[in-house]
Amino acid sequence: MSKRPELDAVTGVETTGHEWDGIKELNKPLPRWWLNTFYVCILWAVGYWMVYPAWPTLNGYTPGLLGYSQRETLAREAKAATQAQGGLRDLLARTPLADVRNNPELLRFATAGGTSSFQTNCAPCHGRGAQGAVGYPNLNDDDWLWGGSVEDIHKTIEVGIRTEQTNTRLSQMPRFGVDKLLSPEEIAVSAEFVLALSGQAHDAAAAAKGGQIYSEQCAACHGETGKGNSELGSPNLTDRIWLYGGSKPEITESIQTGRGGMMPAWARRLDPVTMKAIAVYVHNLGGGK
Amino acid sequence: MTTVLDRREDPRSGSRLERHDVEAVNKKGHRELYASRQAIYPKRAHGRYRTVKWVVMAITLCVYYGLPFVRWHRGPDLPDQAVLLDIESNRFFVFFLEIWPQEFYFVTGLLVLAALLLFLLTSVAGRVWCGYACPQTVWTDLMIAVERIWQGDRNARIRLDKEPWGATKIFKKGMTHLSWLAIGLATGGALVFYFRDAPTLARELVTGTAPAAAYLFLGIFSFTTYLLGGIAREQVCTFMCPWPRIQGAMTDRHTLLVRYKPERGEPRGPLHKGPDGKADWSARGDCIDCKACVVVCPAGIDIRDGSQLECIQCALCIDACNDIMVKIGRPQGLVGYDTVAKQEAKAAGQYQSLRIIRPRTLLYAALIALVGAIMLLAWFNRSVLEISVLPDRTPPFVQLSDGSIRNSFTVKILNKLHEPRAFTLAAKELAGATLTVVGIDSSKSAQIVVPTDTLRELRVLVTVPVRDLTKLPDPSTPFTLAARDSVSGQETGRRTYFRKTNTSHAATGGRP
Repeated sequence: MSKRPELDAVTGVETTGHEWDGIKELNKPLPRWWLNTFYVCILWAVGYWMVYPAWPTLNGYTPGLLGYSQRETLAREAKAATQAQGGLRDLLARTPLADVRNNPELLRFATAGGTSSFQTNCAPCHGRGAQGAVGYPNLNDDDWLWGGSVEDIHKTIEVGIRTEQTNTRLSQMPRFGVDKLLSPEEIAVSAEFVLALSGQAHDAAAAAKGGQIYSEQCAACHGETGKGNSELGSPNLTDRIWLYGGSKPEITESIQTGRGGMMPAWARRLDPVTMKAIAVYVHNLGGGK
Repeated sequence: MTTVLDRREDPRSGSRLERHDVEAVNKKGHRELYASRQAIYPKRAHGRYRTVKWVVMAITLCVYYGLPFVRWHRGPDLPDQAVLLDIESNRFFVFFLEIWPQEFYFVTGLLVLAALLLFLLTSVAGRVWCGYACPQTVWTDLMIAVERIWQGDRNARIRLDKEPWGATKIFKKGMTHLSWLAIGLATGGALVFYFRDAPTLARELVTGTAPAAAYLFLGIFSFTTYLLGGIAREQVCTFMCPWPRIQGAMTDRHTLLVRYKPERGEPRGPLHKGPDGKADWSARGDCIDCKACVVVCPAGIDIRDGSQLECIQCALCIDACNDIMVKIGRPQGLVGYDTVAKQEAKAAGQYQSLRIIRPRTLLYAALIALVGAIMLLAWFNRSVLEISVLPDRTPPFVQLSDGSIRNSFTVKILNKLHEPRAFTLAAKELAGATLTVVGIDSSKSAQIVVPTDTLRELRVLVTVPVRDLTKLPDPSTPFTLAARDSVSGQETGRRTYFRKTNTSHAATGGRP
């Protein structure tokens, strides 16, 4: 049994007895401190199994003696974070929207909270910088379908646009082309008139004809001068800002189909303070009235 | 190797010399790769260098423990601690210096300077830092001194270690470790004081209301002081510290090193009496091989083997040898500060003077002067008002309903003065541009107040009306956003760009 280990002739070191193509492996053990650290780690792991959640069972897992749970930790931290906002959060809840601007600290708090809530909830449609896209309004500019005061913005966030809620912001432009309310020729001249309204290059004769149709069909909502009406949610047709594009084909398409996007009513998803913060953030992007 | 108790000379010979029958733990020559540690029992040394080391220890420890309690008035709203590394508000306060996070290059510069000074010192006089001032050396020295109080000097400690465990041994060892832990606690305690107002933190630590991080770091540094200074000692210098390896590249033949002088000491051997009953010094060197230099060495080497990696150049062997030289009536300095060049010259019967000024030291000195000059220049040109401007990139610009173009910027104003300041912002060199700051009513005289020693972040909107847009020929026009101190009139500007169209028609934000 006690066979003496073979010694390597050159170095005098024990060999492990393993040999490959005449090359023998010397027995060079790991440093003792390394091995000890390794054994301590194994012991540590056993302790870890007992103290922390570790092993899966058929219908769950071993909870561990400490009862540690990442979900609970998160909930606790979220609660603590909300509490840490303490006074400012309460102050924001109490302060009328228009007055938030006058308190620099509150404005900073609301803007910071509004920015992050906007990124989470609004950015998918309006974009990270609220720059919008075709069909999704740019919130940086000073053109507002439903009003640009901070209260108006807050209301829009609360009730949404064209939702199933009864108090929702609601407007519907008729589908003049799809529903055959106007002939293609009539739509074409109307588009020329809209080009003229916004000061773009147009065919004057066609625009004059289109003016007739405009007075009959469009002026009720968009106004005689085409300035729109934020009470009705009808866009201003005289400015440079176009939600669905301001070229002739795009305008024609708008008259044809009526357009009309949709925005959720956030009152059902967000708490009042968060909605207030988002309203302040959007209002302070620069276009707020 | 077993440690052998030091044996005294036969008392009848009348010699009062202590002889040590001992080999250096870190003996020159073949060493086992996996050898386990051998205990080193440094004997107490007396003499000039030991005194210097006590003084250095007293000064460095006093500075370390006392500095956090030194006060330095900086005005209201600012900490009055002379040296405070304020992590919470991202500031380093060092007497009159105050370093903001973006000025961390000052710290880098100081570290570069410290490294170069270390290089210079090493090239002139070897590991002076290691031997006298390195915290590892100072604390190890302190721990050994404490150990000596409880357990006695070298021989008593060796004897104690060999004794079986009993009440006395448990008491002596226990008290030693308790004292080490107390030193560790004081050291760790002092360290956390550098990071928070010291008197406040001291009260908090005692009453148990200090932040958890303070206790954690106190614990970590107490333990590491105990471990590194009390237990690991020379192992840290030999195996953990990179400096012993680097120093080889820093020293040369003209570097002053603690050296044994073989040309004077050899051949060595015990001193015998001549026929006249007096010591016989014929045909022999001054080294009587008493090994006094070996037993005082905290690194466990024999200095007579020449320069070695383990040697921290603490110079205690010089004291030990000089002591012996006085007793046997030979000149002091058999072990002493000397250079390789001088020794070689002497061995060849020539003389070589000490060359401190040589290309290497000149280079280090020049580099120190250069880095120092750069730092001084940077410090005297340090701005006390900074403005940083970050243009919004989503969207890069916004077209308003009347066709004018607006860009928005995040502007940060840093007030490094120790008083609140008021500023006005303006867009310069941009035709027709108007500037508004969100949250500040532009109809009144728009003063932006930045409190003492803080940064204020603002959202700034710059609008160019439609009639002036034609004056901007390029999609992107450079201009200056300037902040002007309303009181002093000091102005600081940042160059930035005003964009009016997309170069590529990608973004929808300002569709023209």
